[in-house]
Amino acid sequence: MKEKFDAVVVGAGPGGTAAALTMARAGLKVVLLERGEFPGAKNVFGGVLYRKQLEDLIPEFWKERNFPLERNIIEQRIWLMGKESFIGFSHRNEAFKDPINCFTGLRVKFDQWFANKAVEAGAIPVYQTVAVDLLREGDRVVGVKVDRPDGDLYADVVVIADGVNSLLGKALGVRREWSSDEISLAVKEVIALPKQKIEDRFNLEGNEGVTIEFMGETSLGMAGMGFLYTNKESISLGIGIMVNHLSENKIKPYTILEEVKKHPMIRKLIQGGETLEYSAHLIPEGGYYSVPKLSGDGWCVVGDAAQLVNFVHREGTNLAMASGQMAGEAIIEAKKVGDFSAESLQAYDQKLKNSFIMKDLKKYRHMHQFLKEADPEVLFHRLPQAANQAAFNMFSIDGITKVEKQKYAMDQIKEATGGTLNLIKLGWKGWRAMNG
Amino acid sequence: MSQTTITDKLYTIRFKCDTISHLTIKEQDVCQSCQGKNCNYFCPADVYEWDPKQKITMIAFENCIECGTCRIACPANNIKWVYPTGGYGISYKMG
Ligand SMILES: Cc1cc2nc3c(=O)[nH]c(=O)nc-3n(C[C@H](O)[C@H](O)[C@H](O)COP(=O)(O)OP(=O)(O)OC[C@H]3O[C@@H](n4cnc5c(N)ncnc54)[C@H](O)[C@@H]3O)c2cc1C
Ligand code: SF4
Ligand code: SF4
Repeated sequence: MKEKFDAVVVGAGPGGTAAALTMARAGLKVVLLERGEFPGAKNVFGGVLYRKQLEDLIPEFWKERNFPLERNIIEQRIWLMGKESFIGFSHRNEAFKDPINCFTGLRVKFDQWFANKAVEAGAIPVYQTVAVDLLREGDRVVGVKVDRPDGDLYADVVVIADGVNSLLGKALGVRREWSSDEISLAVKEVIALPKQKIEDRFNLEGNEGVTIEFMGETSLGMAGMGFLYTNKESISLGIGIMVNHLSENKIKPYTILEEVKKHPMIRKLIQGGETLEYSAHLIPEGGYYSVPKLSGDGWCVVGDAAQLVNFVHREGTNLAMASGQMAGEAIIEAKKVGDFSAESLQAYDQKLKNSFIMKDLKKYRHMHQFLKEADPEVLFHRLPQAANQAAFNMFSIDGITKVEKQKYAMDQIKEATGGTLNLIKLGWKGWRAMNG
Repeated sequence: MSQTTITDKLYTIRFKCDTISHLTIKEQDVCQSCQGKNCNYFCPADVYEWDPKQKITMIAFENCIECGTCRIACPANNIKWVYPTGGYGISYKMG
């Protein structure tokens, strides 16, 4: 006899788990499927999780004794990197302590903790199992085929939460393959450092933490963004590079990371540390216009599989959780009326559209095109270098007048972009990319 | 801190190796005429290497850390990419 479930969720990352948890709580019979040895085994991120969307699912989660929080972020820094310098912008605030705003984590610990919440609520865990295809009856999705003997799981709805590579989304034929400018590859290392060293180097006490995002010379003339986050007793250091640039430039990704580690501003922060783990993962960065069809007859797609990442603000896990929750809620409603058709599941698309997710992605909808068209040499090498040089001159007391310095800085910046007109164009496009 | 080689890096990751490769070159002829051999560079785990003697792309699938880059970055779309069997492949300790 073939057993049938209300829903099968493919992928126990933040998106899938949020969906499974939401549905299990409402009493639906849900399977949570994961290909890894356990949830999190295959997952990598930079390291910042956000309170709000998790709190919506698990109130006061941070008060739990075994919650896998690394450090509570009280300061965020943004660095524009020169060759041996940076220009920094940062904000530190005691108000980020209560309530906490965001915090660092490690996915292996977090994903297991989170998936256990869904299992406690009644979701049925099926791990170490790959969903290899969707089962269909006509246009309707009716379940998934898995890589186990007797491996067919039938359900009214399949939630596709299989992350950035989303082979199921592709199998469904609703999305084309991502192009290599819609995706970045990030390489990362977790570097062990004693607690005291971290607190001293970053001016922290207790479980306070700092994040640094850096761009400029560190991505070697390609579109890229680096990150350095403090954990309890380690540093997460990594850099993401747009895949088309990586492929064209023929530089090995780990060589870029090694160069980052040599940058004097980074080197001194990780000095004496030991690499505990190396990892690599893709980040969907296509933005608003890359979001595929979100639901149909018997299916919804959530999180990275739907390109729901706001890379300007490095938000991904929270978009995954919120979209998973919304899909779960739409399916609960669908179950009440016994209608799992595309029209019924449209409720999910509507929820997404009315939420911060699509509104934020829409605000930055020109960003992908901007990065795709701009010369990465200009944006990630010449401009950051010119800005750093200008800052150096401004702060150097050498008898040259401030007016001359200012003129020199402007000339350098114009030259970096290829003249006044290009600078204005770039400025306008950049402004539009940030402001919608 | 000291620099680490890719061998050192991969050594930090826990693998449970499958016996069959989840990665396949669709047509070795396509690799032969591929100008860039880009896969020899963009892979973060040095899985692909052009063997000039045999004139084929060698695949060290045991090193694959399942990122998916080769799936979208091979200019000729010449790599067939599926997940390793459930439970096999990498298991991060931290992620
Ligand atoms: C380097 C890096 C840094 C990042 N930094 C941040 C950050 O600081 N903050 C932030 O909020 N976001 C960050 N992100 C983004 C964030 O990680 C993702 O947006 C988020 O993990 C998406 O969640 P998801 O559930 O959609 O997908 P995933 O977390 O990728 O989960 C998908 C799950 O599905 C499983 N799976 C896939 N296919 C199958 C299948 N066929 N059968 C069974 N199981 C399957 C996978 O094993 C995985 O567990 C970062 C990403 C990267 C790569
Ligand atoms: S990039 Fe693609 S076509 Fe070229 S050698 Fe590698 S696998 Fe073959
Ligand atoms: S999936 Fe990533 S690690 Fe594996 S072979 Fe492809 S590029 Fe290399």
